[in-house]
Amino acid sequence: MTSSPVTRTQDGAARTGVEVRMEELSRHYGPVVALDRLDLTLQPGELVALLGPSGCGKTTTLRLLAGLEDADSGRITVGGRDLTHVSAAKRDMGMVFQAYSLFPHMTVRQNVAFGLRLRKVGAAARDKRGLEMLDLVGLSTQADRYPHQLSGGQQQRVALARALAIEPQVLLLDEPLSALDAKVRAQLRDEIRRIQLEVGITTLFVTHDQEEALAIADRVGVMKEGRLEQLAPPTEVYSRPATPFVAEFVGLSNRLSGEVRGGSVIVRGCTLPLVEAATPDGQAVALVRPEAVTLAPHDTPESGPLAGTVIAVTFLGATSRVSVDLGDATVLAQLPTSEAATLPAGSRVTLTIRPDPVLVSADASPAAAGEDE
Amino acid sequence: MAALTSVGETPLDAPAKRPPGMQAGRRRRLNIFRYVVFTVFGAFFLLPLLAMLRFSLEGANLGTWSVTAWKQIASYQGSGIPPLISSIEITLELAVITCAVMLVLLVPTMIWVQLRVRWLARTIEFLCLLPLTIPAIVLVVGLAEIYDRLQRLTLSALMLFWVYVILALPYAYRALAAGLGAIDVKTLSEAARSLGASWFTVMVRVIAPNMRQGILNAVLLTWSLVLGEFTIAYLLLYNNLQVELYSISRNTPNAGVLFATSFAVLLFAFALLLILSYAGRRRGIRG
Repeated sequence: MTSSPVTRTQDGAARTGVEVRMEELSRHYGPVVALDRLDLTLQPGELVALLGPSGCGKTTTLRLLAGLEDADSGRITVGGRDLTHVSAAKRDMGMVFQAYSLFPHMTVRQNVAFGLRLRKVGAAARDKRGLEMLDLVGLSTQADRYPHQLSGGQQQRVALARALAIEPQVLLLDEPLSALDAKVRAQLRDEIRRIQLEVGITTLFVTHDQEEALAIADRVGVMKEGRLEQLAPPTEVYSRPATPFVAEFVGLSNRLSGEVRGGSVIVRGCTLPLVEAATPDGQAVALVRPEAVTLAPHDTPESGPLAGTVIAVTFLGATSRVSVDLGDATVLAQLPTSEAATLPAGSRVTLTIRPDPVLVSADASPAAAGEDE
Repeated sequence: MAALTSVGETPLDAPAKRPPGMQAGRRRRLNIFRYVVFTVFGAFFLLPLLAMLRFSLEGANLGTWSVTAWKQIASYQGSGIPPLISSIEITLELAVITCAVMLVLLVPTMIWVQLRVRWLARTIEFLCLLPLTIPAIVLVVGLAEIYDRLQRLTLSALMLFWVYVILALPYAYRALAAGLGAIDVKTLSEAARSLGASWFTVMVRVIAPNMRQGILNAVLLTWSLVLGEFTIAYLLLYNNLQVELYSISRNTPNAGVLFATSFAVLLFAFALLLILSYAGRRRGIRG
C-alpha cells in the first residue's frame, strides 16, 4: 500500500488510506445519461456509501472507479495519481461484487492467494497473507474448502478477504450484501465496517438499501439520474436532507400541505422550522418524518386540523407504524409498539408534530403521503 | 362430509389416506415398465455390438471361437492398400490434431466474444452452426480445389484436419456454449481483472478451467466425429480408418478383422467417453 495520511474516525480509530477524487465524470449509454458530471471525493480511510434507486448511476460510478468501464469524460485520481486511462488490472483496487465471484475451481485459500500469485509473491508469504486475511474475516478454518461448500455469507467474506489480500489502495463494494438473508446481511455489514476500520482503507460502498448505507458509512451520497443530490454524514442526510428527493428517498416522509411564512412553514396549525430558511413565502408541501408525529387518544367527537382516525397499525418490532386518516390527508406516525398498542384501528387520535426542521417540496401533491422508502 | 358420502363414493379427504396396497401396486407396475423399456433399449444397442464381437471372434470353422482376427489388427494389410495399423494411427493423430486445433480456435474466441464483443455472439453462432446445414458432398465440392492444391504439397491424410475442424464446429460450439453458459463469465472476469489479471490470465486461469466439462464434451464429440468420418476422406481420396475398413471389405474380405477393428474403435470411444465423464464429474464435485 502506498504511504498515506492517517485520519481519525468519529469513534477515534486510526486510519490510513488514500484520497480518491472523481472530477466531472460522465458516462452515457446511447441516449441514456448514466453519470452526469459527477464530482466526488473520498477522504483517506473514509467509507462513503452511494445510495439511490435503480439506474441512478451509483454502480456506474463504482465501475468507472474500478476501471471496468471507461468514462466519456472526467478524471479519476487516487492518491494524487491519475488513473483515468489505467486498466482495471493495474488500478490496485480490491472489489467485492454483488454476485458470488469466487473462482469455483479454486479452494478458499487459492482464491485469496490469487491476486498475490499474480504479483509473484512467494508461496510461503502468499499462504501466510492468505491465512491472515481469512483470519480477519473469521474463516481460517475453511481454507481448504471450495466455494460451493460455503454459505452465501461465507462466500462474500472470502471475497472480501481476497480483495484485501492484495493490499489495495481502495476497496470497492458493489452491493455485496444484497444476495444474503436479512440476519446474515446485518452481521456481515457490521463485519465489513469493523474490517474497514481495522485496515483503514478508503472504501466506496454501493447499495440501494438505505439502512445499510446509514449504518456503516462515514458519509452517504444520495444519487439521482446520474447526479449526486447530497453527500453528507448519515445523520445529516436523514435529519437535514438537501433536496425533497433525498427527504423522500431516505426514510419515510409525510407530505403535508402548508404555508411558508418568514422562514418557517405552518402545517395544520403547527409552525415548523425550515431546513432551507431562504425558502420563499407561499403555499408548499412540507415533508414531515413519521417519527416527528406523536399521537394521543382523542375522546371528544369534535374535529380539528390535527384530529383523525387510526386506519391501520403496522407492527415493525420495537416500533409500529400507525396510519391516521385526517379526512383530507393520511399521515403516518412511527411510535413505540407499546404506545401504538393502545391505539387500535378505528380509535380517534390527536396528532402533535415535533418542530424538527423540515424541507418543503415545490411539487404540491400532498395527497401522496410519502410512502417512498 | 362423511354423512353426505354414499356407499362406494370416496370422501373428499380420502386421497391423502389411500390404502398403501394401491401405492405399492402402482409402484410395482411403474418399475416393471421401467425395466421393460430399459431392457428393450439396452437390447437395441447391445445386440449389434455383441453380434459384432461374436463375428470378430469367429474361428476358421463356423461356430468355433478364435482371437486370430484381433491379433491381426496390428499386422493386417489388404492387397493394394496400406497396412491397417497405419490408418488407425493416422486416424488417431487426426483426432488429436482436430481436437487441439478446434480448442485453440474456438475456446479463446468464444470467451473473447462473451467478454468483449457480445454483439458478435450471434454471428459466431451462425458461422459455427453453418456446417450442419451443408451436406458433406457439397462441402467436398467446395473444398476440392483447396485440397487439390494441398495435395501438391503433401499427400498426408493428416491434412484432413482442416475440414474436420469445420465439421466439428457445430458440435464443439454447442458443448462449449453450454459450458460457458453455466458460469458467470462477466463477474468472474471482472473479479480477476480487479485482482490484477491480464485478459490472457483471465481466459486461461479463470474461465477455461471453469468450463472444463464443456471442453471435455467438445473434445469427445470431435473425437467421435473424426473416428467415424468416412465420406469426406473417401471423396477427397485420403485413407483414414473408415476408408481402410471399406477398402478391406471391398477388395480382400476378412470379416473377422473388420469386425474386430470396428469393435476396438467403438470400445476405445466408449472408454474415452467414460474417462472424460469421470474426469468432468470429479472436477465438478470438487469445484
